[in-house]
Amino acid sequence: MEKHKVRATINGRQTEFLCYPHQSLLECLRDILGLTGAKEGCNDGNCGACSVLLDGRLVNSCLVLGVEVDGHSVTTIEGLADWRGLHPLQEAFIREDALQCGYCTPGMLMAAKALLDRTPNPNEQEIRTWLAGNLCRCTGYDKIVRAVHAAAAQMQEENNL
Amino acid sequence: MSEQYTVIGTRPPRVDAPAKVTGQAVFATDVVLPGMLHGKILRSPHAHARIRRLDTRRAEALPGVRAVVTAQDLPAARDITRRLGEGAINFKFMCDNTLASDKVLYVGHAVAAVAADEPHIAEQALDLIEVEYEPLPAVVDILQAIAAEAPLLHPTLHTRSLAGVSERPSNLAAHYQAIKGNPAQGFAQADVIVEREFRTQTVHQGYLEPHASVAFWGPDGIITIYTCTQGAFAVRDAVAELLQYPQAKIVVIPTEVGGAFGGKNTSYFDVVAALLSRQAGRPVRIVMSRAEVLQATGPSSGTVIRVKVGATCDGRLTAAQAELYYEAGAYPGSPVGSGMHVMFAPYDIPNGQLDGYDVLVNKPRISSYRAPGATPACFAAEAVMDELAEKLGLDPLEFRLRNCAREGTRNIDGSTHGHIGARQVIEAAQKHPHYTTPLEGANRGRGVAIGYWGNWGSISSCTIGVNADGTVNLLLGSVDVSGTRTSLAMQAAEVLGLPLDKVHPTVGNTAQVGYTEVSAGSRTTFATGQAVIRAAQAVIEQMRARAADLWNVPVEEVDFERGVFYTGHDDRQTMSFADLAAQLNQTGGPITGVGNLDAQNWGAGFGLHIADVEVDPETGQVNILRYTAIQDVGRAIHPTEVEGQIQGGAVQGIGWALWEGYRYDANGQMLNPTLLDYKMPTALDLPPIEAVLVQETYPHHPFGLRGVGETPIVPPPGALANAIYRATGARMSELPMTPEYILRQMKVL
Amino acid sequence: MARVQIPSLLRPLVNGQEMVTAEGRTLGEVIAALEVAYPGIAARLCEGGELSPQLTAWIDGRPARRGLREPLGAESQVQFLPAMGGG
Repeated sequence: MEKHKVRATINGRQTEFLCYPHQSLLECLRDILGLTGAKEGCNDGNCGACSVLLDGRLVNSCLVLGVEVDGHSVTTIEGLADWRGLHPLQEAFIREDALQCGYCTPGMLMAAKALLDRTPNPNEQEIRTWLAGNLCRCTGYDKIVRAVHAAAAQMQEENNL
Repeated sequence: MSEQYTVIGTRPPRVDAPAKVTGQAVFATDVVLPGMLHGKILRSPHAHARIRRLDTRRAEALPGVRAVVTAQDLPAARDITRRLGEGAINFKFMCDNTLASDKVLYVGHAVAAVAADEPHIAEQALDLIEVEYEPLPAVVDILQAIAAEAPLLHPTLHTRSLAGVSERPSNLAAHYQAIKGNPAQGFAQADVIVEREFRTQTVHQGYLEPHASVAFWGPDGIITIYTCTQGAFAVRDAVAELLQYPQAKIVVIPTEVGGAFGGKNTSYFDVVAALLSRQAGRPVRIVMSRAEVLQATGPSSGTVIRVKVGATCDGRLTAAQAELYYEAGAYPGSPVGSGMHVMFAPYDIPNGQLDGYDVLVNKPRISSYRAPGATPACFAAEAVMDELAEKLGLDPLEFRLRNCAREGTRNIDGSTHGHIGARQVIEAAQKHPHYTTPLEGANRGRGVAIGYWGNWGSISSCTIGVNADGTVNLLLGSVDVSGTRTSLAMQAAEVLGLPLDKVHPTVGNTAQVGYTEVSAGSRTTFATGQAVIRAAQAVIEQMRARAADLWNVPVEEVDFERGVFYTGHDDRQTMSFADLAAQLNQTGGPITGVGNLDAQNWGAGFGLHIADVEVDPETGQVNILRYTAIQDVGRAIHPTEVEGQIQGGAVQGIGWALWEGYRYDANGQMLNPTLLDYKMPTALDLPPIEAVLVQETYPHHPFGLRGVGETPIVPPPGALANAIYRATGARMSELPMTPEYILRQMKVL
Repeated sequence: MARVQIPSLLRPLVNGQEMVTAEGRTLGEVIAALEVAYPGIAARLCEGGELSPQLTAWIDGRPARRGLREPLGAESQVQFLPAMGGG
């Protein structure tokens, strides 16, 4: 079986890698690019632990093939913050204790980011609807919803300053 | 509560939060070792079959395959039973469950394993393994399994009970019985009796992270295993026993755990990965797929429970009786004993009888799931208590208060309650705005349920090392599955009088720290907390001696309070922890404190949940309008973490109540081994979960805390069943209470 | 003199009694004493020289950790309950 060359922008960086045609974007991120933040929970699009942004759009990376992202841009949890500081969502998750085991957290944060990119001031129903594709088994979602609210409020404030 | 604490009771960020929100936390599947191979396991497609022939030669010949193992590669396990992780495990059964020898007993039963350069080569290799099965009739229904002509899973296994061993072999592995007082007389005294039968489906812990393990059998004979587990020592001891290998030469390094809830007390394939690694001479990683998790790891027991309860017309319980049939799966050991223990534990009942039955079926052998055995039992008991209260014309909470267990109350199984908070959670519910606000509107109903879990103490070890800059390292024997590294560091910080950020906790591996029991049974903050307190006290004792040395006074004249050492009255001298720490190497060398203990006198937990629902009369869909979970937690070390435990456990219980359940066909094939069809709650399915912490100091822990993690999963099905009854007029007697089931009970379908 | 509560399924072996007394400084000694008075009872309670893993012994209202080696007081109460576990 031959490998294909893929050129994509991953977390803002031009990246090249080789992969088999059957390998999912999730596998490529984790096993080829060493970006292990996205997690496998089910490998069939039912849990959201592998959520990333593809051209700004929320996708389950287990349902995208690696070869499909050739010429496109991907943002993973590793691209959410840099050495200067955490994203307000990450800060809010820490403050509101919106995580326990942390396995769903990268996917949950990417889904929350995708929501706030579209809807800067979501209400509780909108948050819960948007996050319905991301399972969490530890928290019962309560503190996650609060954290997304809090992050939205903080980001609104920062934009208004 | 009169004591003033500095750290205890505050809400600092979790120590592990930054790594987790940035995707840097290392889970077992994130571990990559040089030259690592990928392992896959071949699993039985039959629920019950003899293995006639197993030939792995074609798989071994596939380019890229580096190792193949079968049961032949396991040293024969001695047929002994010893406690491991939790519960009793027969090691021979464990061997067979690791890799089947002569029979397979459930779909997904492991038969062989391969390791290859790439995952897809390993998968191809599985297809090349030739297995000739002789299918046998399978049994997946509890009552059918113990009927006269049921196919036997273990033809030499007889029913064990205190009445002796049965004459004939049976799928009934064990019968337990407890009798208190005179049940016949108690029922004769009752004015009202309610009798019902309940059935609950098998449910899975549903942890998001599949089991994963990376093993390296080095040329030096050291076996190193990175694995997701609730207990590194439990894994080590299982591997040592299965391989007949010295424990010191097996190093188990527990990685971050992506959810466990009892399902990761068991080691499934650590030894298989180790054997593959030995053959290949390279590290091997095995990761389960979601289908493998659902089909081949231990879920919790499906049950049939028959209940009969009687009371006088002034609302006093006179007798209670229950038969509990619990699925054990392919090997004995369901938590039916725990089900018996918790079933009527919130109540003071003078007469009772409990019969518990441990039943083998062609399904994976069950594993613990958060308060194992309790949730189905509480569902059955609370539905009947609700019906009884209604027939007596009593408010459900008032009825429970009237019959409430207290310290010294004897349960039907003979155990006695210690210091408990049953009355307190009922009274807190009575006063709570959720309960005092009337629920209005059509198709709406409110239900309550009280649940109990005993919790646990047991063995823990930890070490504290003091650094010259006044910071300390805390090495813990307990894996962190719930936030304990933070709550344990908080206990150390409180004793040492240090701010929390000066105490750095690390979860140790089996070569670094003393033996510690699994992080389960809601034991960790309670038991390992006491080990931490001992270690911190040991540090202070040694540092007092150094201070005495520096001040040239007897050690008895050196005191320590809130991080400061001091001596003298008129001529008082003081030294901070940090200042003294800076001088340790010059005054005799490093100081470490060790804390080891076998914790006793753990405190049980009661939870009272209130649920408001609206049921669509056409679709049967349940919408939860409001949910409150009240629990006696002793003192909450970290209140936010405790709230998180209550919310998370309650939501698992809600899933168990309304949507989750394994479905099998008559041949033992699981019909819903995906997360699409095994439906766990999403954010959209739930309202906010209000967690109410009833805090009264528990006298048998220095900081007054009780275990909290398991109790919250116990009441939800009972509370929701009772709410659905009030919304629809139909009593619920099965879990899950799906829309279709509700419509059938309403006689709409 | 330990006071041993007899679980219902064992009562036929002890002539129906709900409670019997036996001498012993440890649980193992008490069971050995019971075996003398009621032959066959030890086989029901023990397996392979240890307390049956299906049981937990409760001494004076608390679960015994050391199995047959658990020490007893002068008038300890002994009970046998089905083993329980946690998750």
